[in-house]
This record gives sequence, structure tokens and C-alpha cells, in this order.
Amino acid sequence: MRRLLSDSGWTLGLAGLLAALLVMTKLIQPDFGVSGLDSLGRAALPFALATLGMAVVVIAGGIDLSLASMMAVCSVTAARMMEGASDGQSALALIFVLALGAAMGALNGALVVASRVPDIVVTLAMLFVWQGTALLILNAPGGAAAPWLRALGVGGLTLPLIPEALTVWLPRSVIFLMVCLAVIWLPIRRSPLGLRFYAIGSDALAAFRSGVPVGRTKIAAYAVTGLFAALGGIAVTMSTGIGEPIPGPYLLAAVAAVVLGGVVLGGGRGGLIGPILAVFVLRLVRMDLTLMSVDPNVTTIVEGAIMVVVVMLGGVLAMRGRRT
Amino acid sequence: MSATLTPVTRLTRLLAQNPLIPLILLLAGLVLVLEIMQPGILSVFWIGNTIKVAIPLAMLAACQTLTMLTGGIDLSAGTVATITAFVMATLAPLLGVPEAVAIALACALLAGAVNGFGIAICRVHPLIMSLGTGLIANGCLLVYQRYVIATGTLIPDALVWLGTGRTWGIPNGLVLFIPFAALIIWGQRRTGFGRLLYAVGSNEGAARLSGVRSWQVLLALYTLSGLIAGLTGLILIGLVKTPSLSLALRLDLPSVAAAVVGGTSIFGGRGGYGGTIVGALILTVLTTMLTLLHMPEGARGILFGLIILAVTALYIRLTEKG
Repeated sequence: MRRLLSDSGWTLGLAGLLAALLVMTKLIQPDFGVSGLDSLGRAALPFALATLGMAVVVIAGGIDLSLASMMAVCSVTAARMMEGASDGQSALALIFVLALGAAMGALNGALVVASRVPDIVVTLAMLFVWQGTALLILNAPGGAAAPWLRALGVGGLTLPLIPEALTVWLPRSVIFLMVCLAVIWLPIRRSPLGLRFYAIGSDALAAFRSGVPVGRTKIAAYAVTGLFAALGGIAVTMSTGIGEPIPGPYLLAAVAAVVLGGVVLGGGRGGLIGPILAVFVLRLVRMDLTLMSVDPNVTTIVEGAIMVVVVMLGGVLAMRGRRT
Repeated sequence: MSATLTPVTRLTRLLAQNPLIPLILLLAGLVLVLEIMQPGILSVFWIGNTIKVAIPLAMLAACQTLTMLTGGIDLSAGTVATITAFVMATLAPLLGVPEAVAIALACALLAGAVNGFGIAICRVHPLIMSLGTGLIANGCLLVYQRYVIATGTLIPDALVWLGTGRTWGIPNGLVLFIPFAALIIWGQRRTGFGRLLYAVGSNEGAARLSGVRSWQVLLALYTLSGLIAGLTGLILIGLVKTPSLSLALRLDLPSVAAAVVGGTSIFGGRGGYGGTIVGALILTVLTTMLTLLHMPEGARGILFGLIILAVTALYIRLTEKG
């Protein structure tokens, strides 16, 4: 029990912080309600998916600096393929984009394994490659999103058989996120593959000696990251209705949220719930500051300061813990 | 050398012991390809131009090289350079040039010291700390910018002379850069501080047990890195001649690439500034080459990334064998 508490202490703290922030938002803006939650969910969705992708690869001991560029590639591919396509065709296009994302991620991983160059350098080089690819696919923002896809991310949840009043407060974008998490991460986490991610992240040599195929596991981790990047790219197209070839500010935000969410850089520790909570905390802070009509530039300062101070506190606490 | 060594092993050993040789060969090869692509491009003017563009990149890459020697990285360098340039250019008409330069460099030092505080004393991962400092600093710059937009900007003639001018075809920037590079290379090889950087980078625990106070080393290092980034900003504004809010940001990732291509290990303890200078030149020549190819921007990006990757992979193979 104590072990469970200390393991998930960070996540519980974040959940508490998020709850406190939600209460504060309600105090600042008394009519904050269903539509406010909805816009929060929509704003956070691409960030959350990018963060999930980054979290997986960081757990496996890597880092993927090309994440935002992969999202751009997926966003433009989806927008380009869905332009003027029927509903069925656009569904096929989405499946293709997901496969594309996983393939791009797997390529990143394979290059890391084959070249023996550090992860951070390989993905830095791939950042330029994917960025160039996105520009080749679509030179300027354009394309279109299927109407049903756009509707998927807007508004509250409505289920048949259950009265609407019960579920409408839950934004569809949050449900979308939860479904992605449940369909992709839960099966992996429960399978030997998930254990191997943590194993190669915490000590690659020990994992190798215990019979874990380190190279293949690493490629798999990068492929999962690519898959989340594809979902993130689709989410960008979903919310804007077009494809955006210039990578958004997702890379730095994802690294920040991953670290804030209790995943240790260097690998082997942390989960995916913490980073998601961290994304919502960061977005909510931004929203609160906007509601208080603070200069948006000050918001950037506050965001950076939160990230640095929280991580500093974490570092100091960890040192204390080691000493005693 | 004993007679049993074959010429091949002797060659690989030579390359492994002098990692600069393959890099210089690569640079020469790239210039040769460029000359074949566009006969007659090779001239004193062109060489001067390449060096002029490479100087800010090489200086910013000094921040990355020094921090990478200890296993760190400084992702705030581009932001700090931008801030220094912008603050200097906007304050110069109000306060006079020397005061403006002093205040701007003080900002750079402050940002470096904040990095150092977080990394050395609070033990935050350098990647995260410098990223956060960069975010905060960029926010501060945007806020600052709103208050000074009306005052106009001034770029001192001395900086323009240093950044763009040339004497007998040789860029004036070398007046600053050659002593700078000599100081860094001498510092990393011959001074105690330089040796401490390698010691902390290759095994921090061992360094601490041998009596190195690593927090002091790191604090000094990141403050120095901030100062170097500030100097880069001043040179860059002399080259670009218009202060903007994203002046040096586009150099951030290439500066990491220059250090990596130059053979500095991102895990610390290996590499040096000599390689980084060649790395910066390689990247600059490469950019010229890709521009000459008249390819769409996207294809250029793809090639740039792939070449960086290939060079680094090859380089690691070459130097590991010895």
C-alpha cells in the first residue's frame, strides 16, 4: 500500500493540482461549464497525443525530437487525401495515415538501432527529414478534413439509451483521447512488450542479458510513438480542418509535459496517466491566465517557470530521498 | 609501430587518433563537389562569405560543445543570442552603445546563471532546464518588445564592421573569432577547467570522488555558455542587420548538429572545439550546395537531415575502431 502510494504519489499530486485549477477556473469565470470544458479538451488534444508518443519512447530510454515534424507529415497527408473524398475513402485515408505514422516511427527506431548514433542525434536529423517531407506533400496549409471527422472532436458525448444530461458534460475530445489510450497503450502495457519497454529503458544491458531483444523492442517503442504522432497529426487536421506543413509547438510542450508528468528522462520509470494530467494542467494554466486577461506573452513565462520549478522541486526531493 | 600492422589498420588507427582528418577530408570533398557542380564558384570572395556565415554558427556551437563535454546540452543558446541582440539594438539609441552592450551581455549572463543554478544545484536534466529557461527568456523578450517598439533600433557600426565587413577579402569577423576559438581550444586542452569538463563528462561519480566539486564546474560552465551565446547574438546582428524576435532561433538545432558532426559525443567526455569548427563549416557548405541544387525547400531539408545522420554514423564507426 505504501509502495503504491509512493509510486503514484506524483500522479496523485498532479490530479490534485488539476482539480484545484479547475476549481480556480470556476472561481475566476463563474459561467465556466460544458463549453469551457469542451474548448479545453479540444485545445489539449494534439498536445496530449504528442505527449503520449513522447512518453512511450522516453520510458523505453530514448527521445524523439522528430515528433512534431512527424505530426506535420501525418496532418498534411490526411488533409490531402481527404480533400474531396467520400466518407468511406476518408476512413481508409485515416487508416493509411496511422500506418504511415507507425512506419515513420519504426524507421526512426531502426536508424537509431542500426547506426548506433545516440537517439537524440538521429531524431534531430530526422526532424529535418520529416519537416522536408511535409513540405513536399503540401507546400502551404491546405487540404480538407471529412465533416464526420471534424464533428468527432466537437461537443459533448451523446450515447444512445443514456439520457443526454448525464453524459453531455464529457467532451468528445477527451473521450477520443481515452479511447486512443485504451486501444493502443493498455494492451501493450499488459503484454510482455510493455515490460520490455521498461526493461530496456531502465538498463539496456541488463535487459539484453535477460534475453530481451533490445533492438527490436526499441524499434517497437519508436513505432508506437509514430502511431501517437499520426493520431496527433490527425487531431490537428480535425480541429483546424486543414493540413499544416509547418510543425506546431508540440515538441517542446511534449517534452515538458512528459517530465512534469513524472516520466524520468533516461527511461524506465513513469506511466502515461501522469503526462496526460500534466498536459491538462499546463493547458488549464494557460486558459486561466487568458481568462484573467493576462498578456499571452506573460503566459509563456509562467508556463516555463512552472515547468522549471516543478522539475527542480522534484530533483531536490529525489536527492533528499536518496540521502535518508 | 611494429611491422605486423597492415596499412589498413594503420590508417584506421591514424584516423581514430586524429578525428579531425576525416572531417577535413569531408569538407574538402564537399567543396570539390561544389566546384564540379558550379565551376568557378571557388574564389576568395566565396570562401570569405562562407566563413562569414559559419562564424555565428560555430560560436553558438561552442555552447553546445562545451556543455556536451559534460554530458549536457544548452538548448537556450539560440534564445539567449536573440535576446542579447535585440536588447542591445533597442537600448543603443537610448543609452549609448557601450551601456547597451553591457546590459545585453548581463542579460545573457543572467540566463546562463539561471541554467547553471538549475542544472548544478537542483540537478535538473540539462535538456529540460535549458528548454525551460529558453521558454521563460523568450516570454520575457516578447513582453519587453511591447515596451520598446517605439524607440527605434540602432546597430553600432563596429558590430556591422565585425559581422559583414571584410578587409582584403577576409571577413573581419575572424578578428574576434580566431582569438575566441584559440581561447576555447587552449582552455579545453590546457587549463584545469577544461580538464574538469572532460572529467565530469566521462564519469561524474569518479570526478566527485577525486575531489572535484562538480556543481561549481557546471555552474561556471553554463554561465560561460550564456556569455558565449550573448557574444554570438552581437556578431549575428552585425551580419543580419535587422533585429528580429527569431534572429538566432533557427540556429539552435544546427548548432547542436555542428557539434555532433564535429565529433563531440552527446554523452560527454569526448570531442573538442576544433572538430566543431570544421562541423560548422561543413554544414554551411552543405547548405550552399543544397541551395545551388534548385530543389524544393522540402527536398533540401530531407537531404540535410540524411547527410547529418550519415556523417555522424560514419564518424562513429571510424573513431570507435581504434
